[in-house]
Amino acid sequence: MATGDSTIRPQASTATGVAKVWHAVIAFFTLVLRTNTGRIGLAVVGIHVVLALIGPWITPFPPTEYHIQDQYSSPTSTYWLGTDEKGRDIFSRVLAGARSIIWIATAGTILGVTFGTIVGVTSGYLGGRVDQVIMRIVDWFLAIPSLLLAILVINMATQRFRSVDESFIIIGIIGISFMPNNSRVIRSATLAIKPLEFVQSARLRGEPTLYIMFREVLPNVLPVVGVEATIRLSFALLLTAGLGFLGLGVQPPEPDWGKMVSENAIILDVAPLASLAPGIAMASLVVGINLLADGIRQAQNLPETGDR
Amino acid sequence: MARFLIVRLSLIVVTLLAVSVAIFTLIEAVPGDAASVMQGQQATPDSLRNLRAQMGLDRPPHIRYLDWIWDAVRGDLGQSAKSNASISEIMGERLAHSALLAVLAFVIAVPLGLVMGVWVGTRADTKMDRFLTMGGLVTISLPEFVTGVVMILILSSTLGWLPSSSIMMPGESVIGNPKVLVMPVLTVTGALFAYIMRMARANVIEVMESNYVRTAILKGLPMRTVVVRHVLRNALLPTITVIANNVGWMFGGLIIIENLFAYPGMGSLLIQAIDTRDIRMLQSTALIIASVYAFSNLAADLAYGALNPRVRLS
Repeated sequence: MATGDSTIRPQASTATGVAKVWHAVIAFFTLVLRTNTGRIGLAVVGIHVVLALIGPWITPFPPTEYHIQDQYSSPTSTYWLGTDEKGRDIFSRVLAGARSIIWIATAGTILGVTFGTIVGVTSGYLGGRVDQVIMRIVDWFLAIPSLLLAILVINMATQRFRSVDESFIIIGIIGISFMPNNSRVIRSATLAIKPLEFVQSARLRGEPTLYIMFREVLPNVLPVVGVEATIRLSFALLLTAGLGFLGLGVQPPEPDWGKMVSENAIILDVAPLASLAPGIAMASLVVGINLLADGIRQAQNLPETGDR
Repeated sequence: MARFLIVRLSLIVVTLLAVSVAIFTLIEAVPGDAASVMQGQQATPDSLRNLRAQMGLDRPPHIRYLDWIWDAVRGDLGQSAKSNASISEIMGERLAHSALLAVLAFVIAVPLGLVMGVWVGTRADTKMDRFLTMGGLVTISLPEFVTGVVMILILSSTLGWLPSSSIMMPGESVIGNPKVLVMPVLTVTGALFAYIMRMARANVIEVMESNYVRTAILKGLPMRTVVVRHVLRNALLPTITVIANNVGWMFGGLIIIENLFAYPGMGSLLIQAIDTRDIRMLQSTALIIASVYAFSNLAADLAYGALNPRVRLS
């Protein structure tokens, strides 16, 4: 659990909202840039994010456009990474896929970490019976392997709520399946903050419980939340891609990296890049995120927790 | 010990009951039932009503749940809506295949990962250490299906040594075709090995910095003895906990790998049941996966207890 002494620093809650966010961003980059691992990770992730953002303006072809006469093309000056079975441009599809997977994984992580932080701080700060009940519920969640839970929920939700966009369903599932582990980590961080003087004095001043939880405790567990979110992001990417690979992600014809790998795996002999390119894109993005997380961990001198 | 086992086993029963209710509810909430799936386009209101009555689908959900669980406990999982075959029989074969895959990967990855992790952990901050930890991080980051596809491309498409999928003739078993096992096992092993190695390394480094290890080194014990007698036991404990906590993640990896290689195990059966909307099959597959998961967690706890006397006594 990431509760080393370096992370527990009482913070004055006098700064304004915008200034606080700005400070947090600066602190994050300073931390990341302190180690080589972090620098490389930031560069890799940066390239991915920029490509995903400007993607729609630089794709040579619409990602779902068929060019049947050019199917299974090898890389040429027209099709930079070749084409698939239906003659769709792989380069355009990989670029468009970046956008959807980064959006889904990021939104899902934010949802899960927010949810987990609220549950964790509440459980850890209130303690007693509330804590016990919450932790039992968390245990129930962990009794099913998360991918199995995700598969069952998606199978149900996509058929029952047909009008809802699948990406929102996947975001919701990432949020649900990340909450249990995340709230455990945040709970133990909260337990480390709770006995400190500034929390106790707020209590003796007679501050309302909610105020103490979210204005005194929360700002001081935020560093832990940050590290957690970075690590979770790589699992969110893997989960999204895995669901896509199993055919339970974003539905065709919209490009999805996982789906591209599985549907083109059968034409590996004729057009290897059709499934290799999205696979390599996926792998490099996750490697980048993990390097980033490792860099932050090294800079803060936190131990490796290995929670997945 | 016996007491601990009884408590844990009864906990598993309670957990599995809760999990089975969750599984049943999630699948029950999918529009359409087994009768409409079986009759498909030819269904008329009359024929549907008859089939439902015949299959007992007209009973209220809680009765059907109790019926399902009671049969499952006695080893009868019902019949597949698609092929009419007995699910218990299919399941037995699939479970054996998945277990073979998981056990082989475990037997290779765990000892190898621990040994390598301890080895680099005692050589922290050397070139070799940096190379292996970086390589490990990259390996962990690779999604299983990417490693798998690259492996198919090299070992099957280019070199032609191995078949690209595990599809076999009916009646053939995996044991008779060891070649189909190689790539799935290697894919699972890769990620697992790198992960265990990194965990073991981190824990060895932590123990190496402790006072009792420093004392042992300073009193002149040979390095070998220090590592074997003082470092190993204390570093392996947290490593094993971490491995145990991640059994669920390994199950996820298995589901994906089985589907990539069309390996005839539980994971491919699960997706197959979803694709063909075979409701009974889906319920039973999910229940069996959750049960295996619960028991492997218990096994992990027992292994932990065997290594840690403090846990064993309480």
